[in-house]
Amino acid sequence: MKKTVITVVGKDTVGIIAKVCTYLADNNVNILDISQTIVQDYFNMMMIVDANNSEKKFGQLSDEMAELGEQIGVQIKMQSEDIFNIMHRI
Amino acid sequence: MINLFEVKETNDMVEHENLDVRTITMGISLLDCIDSNLDKLNENIYNKITTKAKNLVATGNEIEKEIGIPIVNKRISVTPIGLVGASACKSSEDFVSIAKTLDRAAKEVGVNFIGGYSCLVSKGMTPAEEMMIRSIPQALASTDRVCSSVNVGSTKTGLNMDAIKLMGEVIVETDVITKDADCLGCAKLVVFCNAPDDNPFMAGAFHGVTEADCIINVGVSGPGVVKNALSKVRGKNFEVLCETIKKTAFKVTRVGQLVAQEASKRLGVPFGIIDLSLAPTPAVGDSVAEILEEIGLERVGAPGTTAALALLNDQVKKGGVMASSYVGGLSGAFIPVSEDQGMIDAVNAGALTLEKLEAMTCVCSVGLDMIAIPGDTKATTISGIIADEAAIGMINQKTTAVRIIPVPDKKVGEMVEFGGLLGYAPVMPVNNFSCDAFVNRGGRIPAPIHSFKN
Repeated sequence: MKKTVITVVGKDTVGIIAKVCTYLADNNVNILDISQTIVQDYFNMMMIVDANNSEKKFGQLSDEMAELGEQIGVQIKMQSEDIFNIMHRI
Repeated sequence: MINLFEVKETNDMVEHENLDVRTITMGISLLDCIDSNLDKLNENIYNKITTKAKNLVATGNEIEKEIGIPIVNKRISVTPIGLVGASACKSSEDFVSIAKTLDRAAKEVGVNFIGGYSCLVSKGMTPAEEMMIRSIPQALASTDRVCSSVNVGSTKTGLNMDAIKLMGEVIVETDVITKDADCLGCAKLVVFCNAPDDNPFMAGAFHGVTEADCIINVGVSGPGVVKNALSKVRGKNFEVLCETIKKTAFKVTRVGQLVAQEASKRLGVPFGIIDLSLAPTPAVGDSVAEILEEIGLERVGAPGTTAALALLNDQVKKGGVMASSYVGGLSGAFIPVSEDQGMIDAVNAGALTLEKLEAMTCVCSVGLDMIAIPGDTKATTISGIIADEAAIGMINQKTTAVRIIPVPDKKVGEMVEFGGLLGYAPVMPVNNFSCDAFVNRGGRIPAPIHSFKN
């Protein structure tokens, strides 16, 4: 199963996780893992998700997530897990 | 499982340190397009390129989106046209028609450059190849995306001094004919010694005759990533310095490996090589010169520059080789003047000269690259510069190249603008003592001996 990494970075505010999770649930994207920290008021979150069962294609999900990020005032990126595995694991 | 800090490190490289994949280059063999009828040949070439590379740009964009790393260029290299056109072309104009076909095909599939308007004349020129070389100025003036290269020597064959003499004249003519376009023609023309068959980087890319029908080669980059990593080990000894470069080069090259594998899989085309070159751009922070300064030089060109570049180049290779299953192409640090802000600053400050750049090319790829010189420089002087650079490659068994741009009506110190990734450059002084008698002798310099290395 190919996994996807979603990163959310930006100024902390109420409801970031709620809005991101709602979007994912609406699009049938399953969350496998979440880690999150706040560094100097900055919200840093990483999610590992399974987007294989979504009806939308990767490109569309990625664009819509980025748009959602703009509405909340944070930056949301969606990337294939491959890039991190290949760079950080031998 | 991947953790937050690793993800952040990767994304910081992209967002703050200009990490990108510089190019996916599809190498396409045109040997099966050869026909003695010129119209048929042109038709075959156009059809083969537009069929093979139909999905190249779209696939590149798709991979870029999925992994979140920019893939700056999608390009094509083809079999040297000096071979492909030999049976059909009866004049230089015939060769120019092939250049126009390549340009049309490049525009149709949406790649920004197509390389391979080339010929390999390291020992001798056939009449067709000489015609092709003479057609280069016209070909570059009448096309937008075609890049040209000529291999004039190798360690195995020695140097073809007749071709080197001719290339001096061709560069001057290209410069005159593309004067109104800021001599852009010369920026798309490279003279090689020991040219590799699988180089993905322009302007010197061509698809060698030793290659398969169609392959994917990838050029990675990332000077900014190396520079930033080194800024964290300031004052530490060479062991720490070298380890840091190696580890960083590994990570950067892995990105290229992933892109190459994915592109190869999705396009159904075998993976050729990754080129490990550190390729700068004019963007601030994307500079090889800044890495050398971070290593400890006030300016590039200061004593110690050649040693610093040698260690940088070697460590990049050591880190990169482990990261990729196949390494090839030029694989070294590029030191183009116009495409690297730190180099431009060093020239303007009086720290960096043509002679020092020549010394630097002894320890790194690829050669005298994107250097603007005064427009009144004689053709024989340019041939002399090419011969010097080719001799370095021949004796040291490495690739060297010259991409030099004589700028009409401009004097030393004035600026010339090429635009985009090609950047801008200050006109540099050239030693103007004559080498006419040397260049005009004609013939070849014999291949060097491979023993008694000193």
